[in-house]
Amino acid sequence: MQDGQTFRGEASPHFNDIQGEIVFFTGMTGYQEVLTDPSYKGQIVVFTYPLIGNYGVNDHDGESEEIQVSGVVMYQCADFPSHYQKTHSLGSYLDQNQVPYITGVDTREVTKAIRSKGTQQAALSQHSNYTFEHPEDKQIFGVKEDHITTYGEGDLHISLIDFGWKKSIVHALLNRNIRVSVIPFTEARVIHDLNPDAVILSNGPGDPKDTKDLLPEYKAILEQYPSLGICMGHQVIALAYGADTTKLDFGHRGANHPVKDVLTGNVFLTSQNHNYVVMEDSLEGTPLVKRFCNVNDGSVEGLIHESKLVMSAQFHPEAHPGPKDAEWLFDDFIKLVKSKGVKTHVS
Amino acid sequence: MSLKVLVIGSGPIMIGQAAEFDYSGTQGCLALKEEGCEVVLVNNNPATIMTDYDIADIVYSEPLTVESIAGVIERERPDALLAGLGGQTALNLAVELEKEGVLAKYNVELLGTSVHSIQQGEDRELFRSLMNELDQPVPESEVITTLEQAKAFASLVGYPIISRPAYTLGGRGGGIVHSEEELIELIPTGLKASPIHQVIVEKSIAGFKEIEYEIMRDKNGTCISVCNMENFDPVGVHTGDSIVVAPSQTLTDVEYQMLRTAAFTIVSALEVIGGCNVQLALDPSSQQYYVIEVNPRVSRSSALASKATGYPIAKIATKIALGYNLDELKNPLTQNTYASFEPALDYVVVKFPRWPFDKFSETDRALGTKMRATGEVMAIDRTLEGAFQKAIQSLDTKIPVIQEEWHHLKKPTDLRYFAILQLLHQGETLDSIHRVTKIDLFFLQVLKNLVDIEKQLAAQTLSEPLLKRAKTAGFPDQKIAEIHNVSEEEISEKREAYGIQRAFKIVDTCAAEFEAATNYVYSTFAGNNEIEPLKAARKALIIGSGPIRIGQGVEFDYSAVKAIQSLQQQGWTTIMVNNNPETVSTDYETADRLYFEPIQKEVISSIVHYENVDLVFTQFGGQTAINMAADLEDMGIPLAGVSTEVLDALEDRDKFYEALKGLDIPHVTGTTCHTKIEALEAAESYTFPLLCRPSYVIGGQGMMIIENKQELEHALNETDERHYPIVLDSFMEGMEAEVDLVADGHDIFLPEVMEHIEPGGVHSGDSLAVFPSRISPAIKDKITDYSRRISSHFHYKGIMNIQFLIDKGTVYVLEVNPRASRTVPIVSKVADVPMIDLAVKALIQDNPFPLGHLEMPSFEHVAVKYPVFSSYAMTEIDHKLGPNMKSTGEGMCLGRTVEEALRKVFSHLPHFYQDRNSCFIEMDDPDVDHSSDISFEDWLTLDESGLYVNDQKTEEARRRRIQAVKNGVFVISEWKTYKAYLQSLECEQVIPLPLPKKIDEGVRSL
Repeated sequence: MQDGQTFRGEASPHFNDIQGEIVFFTGMTGYQEVLTDPSYKGQIVVFTYPLIGNYGVNDHDGESEEIQVSGVVMYQCADFPSHYQKTHSLGSYLDQNQVPYITGVDTREVTKAIRSKGTQQAALSQHSNYTFEHPEDKQIFGVKEDHITTYGEGDLHISLIDFGWKKSIVHALLNRNIRVSVIPFTEARVIHDLNPDAVILSNGPGDPKDTKDLLPEYKAILEQYPSLGICMGHQVIALAYGADTTKLDFGHRGANHPVKDVLTGNVFLTSQNHNYVVMEDSLEGTPLVKRFCNVNDGSVEGLIHESKLVMSAQFHPEAHPGPKDAEWLFDDFIKLVKSKGVKTHVS
Repeated sequence: MSLKVLVIGSGPIMIGQAAEFDYSGTQGCLALKEEGCEVVLVNNNPATIMTDYDIADIVYSEPLTVESIAGVIERERPDALLAGLGGQTALNLAVELEKEGVLAKYNVELLGTSVHSIQQGEDRELFRSLMNELDQPVPESEVITTLEQAKAFASLVGYPIISRPAYTLGGRGGGIVHSEEELIELIPTGLKASPIHQVIVEKSIAGFKEIEYEIMRDKNGTCISVCNMENFDPVGVHTGDSIVVAPSQTLTDVEYQMLRTAAFTIVSALEVIGGCNVQLALDPSSQQYYVIEVNPRVSRSSALASKATGYPIAKIATKIALGYNLDELKNPLTQNTYASFEPALDYVVVKFPRWPFDKFSETDRALGTKMRATGEVMAIDRTLEGAFQKAIQSLDTKIPVIQEEWHHLKKPTDLRYFAILQLLHQGETLDSIHRVTKIDLFFLQVLKNLVDIEKQLAAQTLSEPLLKRAKTAGFPDQKIAEIHNVSEEEISEKREAYGIQRAFKIVDTCAAEFEAATNYVYSTFAGNNEIEPLKAARKALIIGSGPIRIGQGVEFDYSAVKAIQSLQQQGWTTIMVNNNPETVSTDYETADRLYFEPIQKEVISSIVHYENVDLVFTQFGGQTAINMAADLEDMGIPLAGVSTEVLDALEDRDKFYEALKGLDIPHVTGTTCHTKIEALEAAESYTFPLLCRPSYVIGGQGMMIIENKQELEHALNETDERHYPIVLDSFMEGMEAEVDLVADGHDIFLPEVMEHIEPGGVHSGDSLAVFPSRISPAIKDKITDYSRRISSHFHYKGIMNIQFLIDKGTVYVLEVNPRASRTVPIVSKVADVPMIDLAVKALIQDNPFPLGHLEMPSFEHVAVKYPVFSSYAMTEIDHKLGPNMKSTGEGMCLGRTVEEALRKVFSHLPHFYQDRNSCFIEMDDPDVDHSSDISFEDWLTLDESGLYVNDQKTEEARRRRIQAVKNGVFVISEWKTYKAYLQSLECEQVIPLPLPKKIDEGVRSL
């Protein structure tokens, strides 16, 4: 780690030195989803659960077409996984994709180091005196797709602004008979031509302020279309309306984060993966109001616009990995979109 | 909130309902008190911690029947009833009390989940229709009330089918039915076992993965899943008899979340307020799943989940029942997060059942849908291999040599795990084992890893990587030494040289995401140490008693917990080592630090050295703890109390009889025999019958009355080498009595004598006992005198139990147990003297302590202790009483007279004089006319048949007793028990009597 702490483990067969931001994931299942989630782009992921890879890797559970993380730290990676859907062992999957990993590491100790010193750069290296390079930033430019793609059929059409979308977001919409067009975040202005019924701003890796040049464009879209922001999409909505974001010490990652709906008092468990968070104070003077908050640390977990159909969630209602307790958010959003109708809402 | 709340406990320990309800009940009562409630407790299990006055405000040891509880309600007028903590027993009572209008009559509010919801969860028919409504799949099934309906269903779906009687505990009366013959035998028993005469017959889904979720839900509708668990044994073996792993290991996130969502849907529809267990079955080769059942209450699984995660389910469930929401309650382990979150584990947990087959070698060991384990152990490690091995070490049992391994795989038995290991040793493939057992290949691979390591240890030099690998996989030094054929010291030295050390890690509910100040510790070789030794002036380590088994029940948890409390009061810092997830002693809030570990010398010595413990206590954890004494003393570890030399002098019959002779105390004549040949020779000089007693056993295991030489030879062939020397005593059938006393090396404190109703030859654990006894002052004086002589001769310190036989005015000493015994909680509660507290004070001697001058207790009431047999789980066993203990638990009732106490004890039995047809008595009793004009077989089929009495030793009597048990009829097999039953009928009226409670005076204030 950049602060000088070192942890030893056994290097994977196709090992090469890599550097990345080190983060930990506390979920006990869902390693395949994590590794392929574009929000983890460029990061080194530490799994706190010691037995990883038990059910192998399959053709269904990836959140994108490729492995997004730069490296993996585990205690044990199962050599002989067992599952009827399994196509590879986790180790061979990582090896084939030349993603380095180390095993035999006391991942609890690494987690404590991250917890106490905050998220930082780290390297997986076979050399004792690794020299850290300037970290990569603006990861969102690396994960977005180049062109517009359309999925599914349906009366309702939603445009998904792509900061590094997870497959499960599109699946959640397709399951609800919605036509989805995925738009690279750099091309968002085409939305005015497509004129969809609603817009969803996707999750994505890194700092939401990497989008700062495009914020006016997003605000114009938010003003005109019913919108839902997820994770980075939520942060971008906040920035577009003039609120601010800040970096957490070590982020929220895992499948067990309790969130409270301020409107109803309900508490539900959510899947999360973010370093940055919307600052509650900065909402003052904006048309945005806190809708959800984190039960553990009180941080902002979602917003609603005081007059327009604009809402957002810091957590992942699409789950994968993690609980589906917040899936209703999609239903709520779609119901509102349908009941009000785009044109009337905009007025 | 100053509510007066009535709490119903789960009663005596039975198979399917064990110490887990002492743990949940204790937590629940304390949570109520924390909220300012006044707690009235009804629980007739005297061995529990919850029935102590520091847990509840008023305690009734009364029968758990509607009539009896109604009496308590009438007397105490509580505002509310909490029934979700006392297992199936309490839940059923709540439903009955509501149905009979008792709750309405006295305006008692039922806290937590409503009766309607309970019924919807428990009534098979209602549950099934709810599942259909929710679109949740259930196996094809039918609710039947007659045998004919069962036959019709079987012909429709085909065998095998599963029979599940409604509202029963531990699958009582149920099972897998493979043929019509089995159907005809099982269905009528099932109908009888069900209080509503209802059985669900179900298509078998044996072979599916069995997964459980522990769900909490508050009144606001917030649901969380505390833990999920996966059974190593696929569907077909009762979950209480299954090896269970937490969290699930072989489920993808999609499957994990699919089942979690299903569980939430069900729990929400049931409107559970509190804890709920949901069991599901998942097809190993598709996403098809079925809902098996729900338990809308805290359960054995919730106790396990609490210990596996650190999340105190019973405590939180109680607070929810009082009206709190999950997000208003703090997570007690982190103190800065809330109860509305789901624990993340960074270790793996294995639960292993403890079965009573070591006591009942003659029984069929098959496992199915009817639970047979008496208890369980849990182990924590960061590898599954390590957790499995720690669990096995915690069982405290010897694994028999297995013949015909495949037999144990085809029809699962308690030995299946060990048979698989043996087959893997012989080179059998994982696939062939998987084909037969359907156990997931992932788990089988873990077992293969263990076998591979063992083979390497046998064949290779002990390199650092190999030794590290073996230790990480949980091999004790002793085992490595044995495999490698060197001494244990050599291994530990080598380990030291390589720097391979046991590390201690904490359970914090959050995988280190948040800072947590917890005292809940486990050890591992897979990672670094993360705790500091406790900072303390004086540290005590208390060894627990391990899993609940026949002969070593919750009473030893009582003594361990009381010892901790006493030591804390004297300013000591306490450390608990135990591995039973059901108990209060393994609640991390009990001791200053909890090490959840096997009771094993390498583990204990590493803890003692790491913590620099001042004193280790072995007197309060049953035979398991006392058996550790010699090993610990050899290692130079300081033990509280007497030396192992004295222990040996008490345990070794020759030395003991020699000492008694010197003290001029009568004892029965006997000979110690070190070999089979010695025993056969010794037998020549006695006249049969003889009492044959092996050494170092729990609950009279292997002890028997021998009538002739053939029987002796047979018995000796069955005796394990470990249990030599055996003692042959001449057998006398007098009256038995026992005492528990505290000694300080000079004086003793002996509150009263306990008298057994059944004669010598019946194990004291299986006897009815009266306390205080009715025996004459002269005999009592003799007993006290002998006790004093024995204690002072051995300069004994601490607590001790002595058993006596009284025959024709002579008092013989039978045996001495140099530890807290089964009866200590009864003596403590009925005499209202804190026996364990006194023993601790005598052992630590921090202050001068006038033990000989303590005030003697006075008794307003008399107590009768009675054994409880889980005969429904062991239907092929003849429950004829004898020297081998068979009861799984005990109950106690108080009376103003012995008759009244006995009346309460036998309150579940029919009244012979009022309903002659209800009893079938085959006893030569000149005083009672019990002739019957129907045959035994016809009588058994009667609806009112409830009590069968037969004390004969013939094969026919044995057959009939077993037949009666199979039909759910209570059996009395001793003349004296029968007489006590008749005596109980003389009492016309019973009233509820609380346990005595002194106002802060006497011994405690010294």
